[in-house]
Amino acid sequence: MFRHRLLPLLLILPELVVVGLFFIWPSMRALAEAFQESNAFGLGSRFAGLANFRSTLNHTYVQAIEVTAIFTVLTTVIAMALGLFVAVQVEQTGRARPIYRTLFTWTYAVPGAIAGALWLFLFEPRIGPGSRLLAGLGVHWNFALSGPQALGLVIGLTVWQQAAYDFVFFSAGLQGVSDRVLEAARIDGVGAVSRFWRIVMPLLGPTVVFVAVMDVLAALFQSFAVIDIVTQGGPGGSTTTLVYALYRDGFQNGDVGMAGAETLLLFVLAAILLAVQFRVLNRRAHYR
Amino acid sequence: MSTTSTKWREPRHRFLGLIAVVTAIGVLASACSGTPKTTRPSASTVPAPSTSHPVNLTVWTAFSGALGAAFDTLVSRFNAANTGYHVIADYKGSYSQVLSDTMAAFRAHAAPNISQIFDAGTATIMDAPGTYVPVHKLMAQYKLPFATSDFIGGAASYYETSADQLDSLPFNSSTPVLYYNKTELSNAGISTPPTTWNQLRADAATLGAHGQKCALTSSGAYVMWTDLEQFAVWNGFPYATDDNGYTAVKGVKLEIDTAPFISHLALLGELAAKGGYIWNGVSTSTVPLFTNGTCAMYEQSSADLSTIQAAAKFPFGVSELPIQNGAPDAPQNTVVGGASLWVLSGAPAVTYRGDAEFLHFLMSAQSQAYWASHTGYVPVTTAGSALLESQNFYATHPNDLVAVKELNNKAPTPFTRGIRLGYLPEIRQVEASAIAAVLSGKQTAAQALAAAQSQGDSILAQFAAQYGG
Repeated sequence: MFRHRLLPLLLILPELVVVGLFFIWPSMRALAEAFQESNAFGLGSRFAGLANFRSTLNHTYVQAIEVTAIFTVLTTVIAMALGLFVAVQVEQTGRARPIYRTLFTWTYAVPGAIAGALWLFLFEPRIGPGSRLLAGLGVHWNFALSGPQALGLVIGLTVWQQAAYDFVFFSAGLQGVSDRVLEAARIDGVGAVSRFWRIVMPLLGPTVVFVAVMDVLAALFQSFAVIDIVTQGGPGGSTTTLVYALYRDGFQNGDVGMAGAETLLLFVLAAILLAVQFRVLNRRAHYR
Repeated sequence: MSTTSTKWREPRHRFLGLIAVVTAIGVLASACSGTPKTTRPSASTVPAPSTSHPVNLTVWTAFSGALGAAFDTLVSRFNAANTGYHVIADYKGSYSQVLSDTMAAFRAHAAPNISQIFDAGTATIMDAPGTYVPVHKLMAQYKLPFATSDFIGGAASYYETSADQLDSLPFNSSTPVLYYNKTELSNAGISTPPTTWNQLRADAATLGAHGQKCALTSSGAYVMWTDLEQFAVWNGFPYATDDNGYTAVKGVKLEIDTAPFISHLALLGELAAKGGYIWNGVSTSTVPLFTNGTCAMYEQSSADLSTIQAAAKFPFGVSELPIQNGAPDAPQNTVVGGASLWVLSGAPAVTYRGDAEFLHFLMSAQSQAYWASHTGYVPVTTAGSALLESQNFYATHPNDLVAVKELNNKAPTPFTRGIRLGYLPEIRQVEASAIAAVLSGKQTAAQALAAAQSQGDSILAQFAAQYGG
């Protein structure tokens, strides 16, 4: 006889296997490694207490926290502002709207690695067309040596991609804003600017929350490809985000213990950040 | 109830089937990831492989392009001569990638038989006994002739243990030299390349006055190798305590926050401020800067000779690296850069004789002469060097001789044998950051090197904690 309680378990078994194999098990391994010390080949492993966490408290890791904070805040704010602005403008176009929509979505369809290679070609110091343009404007452009320029470049590239993603969701959100409400406001004599801030924005609340969360996650975790292609975290660690530091320490330098500790710290940080974000933003969002 | 059970009976079997499949996959996976037999190789018990089923030997390298082709030629010569073994050379990417892939593969019990580990990775593997079979022991076991003295001084000293034994086979070896654009130098009225750094500074001013803005560039990925590590040994300055790490693991500290290094980096910064020195980060190749005439001189590995020869459309010369003014022992000796071959442990016993035979083949005079004459590397064995000499190679290729001269300039002192520091690749990253900070004017040489020294020392302490226990 088949017991009913077993069936649901069986139904979710494939999912459990996948999650267990590719998420739970590696996470547990990382957790275990965080408290162990071994050489780069995995031999001589022994319990290390909090030694790995202590070694993350160095100058380079603190710098990575700063870089991540600047990178995440700037990409999220600029990408959202740009995405929203373009979405509102496109919303007001007439028959050409589908064409604009396609054009402004394109950049998100370019994979990070290809976008990185493209921008690297454009902004290669001395050689790239973008570099020459900047040199013509009197900018001494060399992102290979200048930290702020390198960070600016990867932020620009990430915004270029992420704004397109935001554009799609803001466009969809704007569709949901009732024409009748706007019409009524206009008849009541509400100006265009007030209509946007007082009616459209509050109605876009849930979209804003969603987009902000997705942008922060993208900045934290998905910026890897772009950084690896364009700057490899340099110069002088000025584009080394927490995820890139994790890759460098764990995969390039073979320090699995320290990488485990960094994984745990990153996990805690991301969890706190998202919890705060949901609380703060949800207070301002009105779900229907 | 009965209808429900009938209804579910058919799918139930499918689910059971699924469970069986999942279980089978699990069992398979655990069987694969289980530790393979790590029987120690034994000459007496291991049968020779049969010619009909050759034993495959995997070698991981960082050789691509022309180097890959030259190495493949050696591999196919070996395979043709040794029907019992079949060597497969796998290109794994950059030096760092070969090292990190080897570490990851070793952890997963899927290591290759032989791995090419670059100079900076030497201590990282050497100080992890159990991961490799020392080559000198392997050769003794299979009664193949092998001695540290078979190798040229600069190569033997770089890879030998503190007991003068070689745990790995020194292989592709080069050393930095100074390339110079003859046309640009003579246009500025400079007849000979600079032999000291003060002279280079003066030449840079002369070149600048003649419209040649950039006087010098260095290796892109390895400026810390040319301008810190080799700078140290060539001028006879210690790079780290405990004979650059040769005699200890614990308590080793860098010595780069000292006057010679500060003054050298300050000179590069001073030149860079006026455009007289260019380096654009570790990921930008500087070869084009020299070959397209942007910079008149170039500190780069002798291994790049053929690349430069192919790309430069002007007459160029090769000379020894400039020395630091006032350094009492300069010029001392340079050391090799490049890589050595490590035999990894944990492979089936039957493969180790093949590993030994392959390494024996690679160190033969014929192989070394072929390798050196088809690449820019120096022959690492004295026999290989002698064979090239007898073939009049250096008489017709004087540019190739500069590296050999530098390596053999003087017998190395205890701290010019090489740099034996754990996690040296990581220390190089820190140094590259310091150099970038100086060249961009963000920090003075003294500030940047002080920061690099303290970060480097904490990396060394981390290594000692993980390896010294």
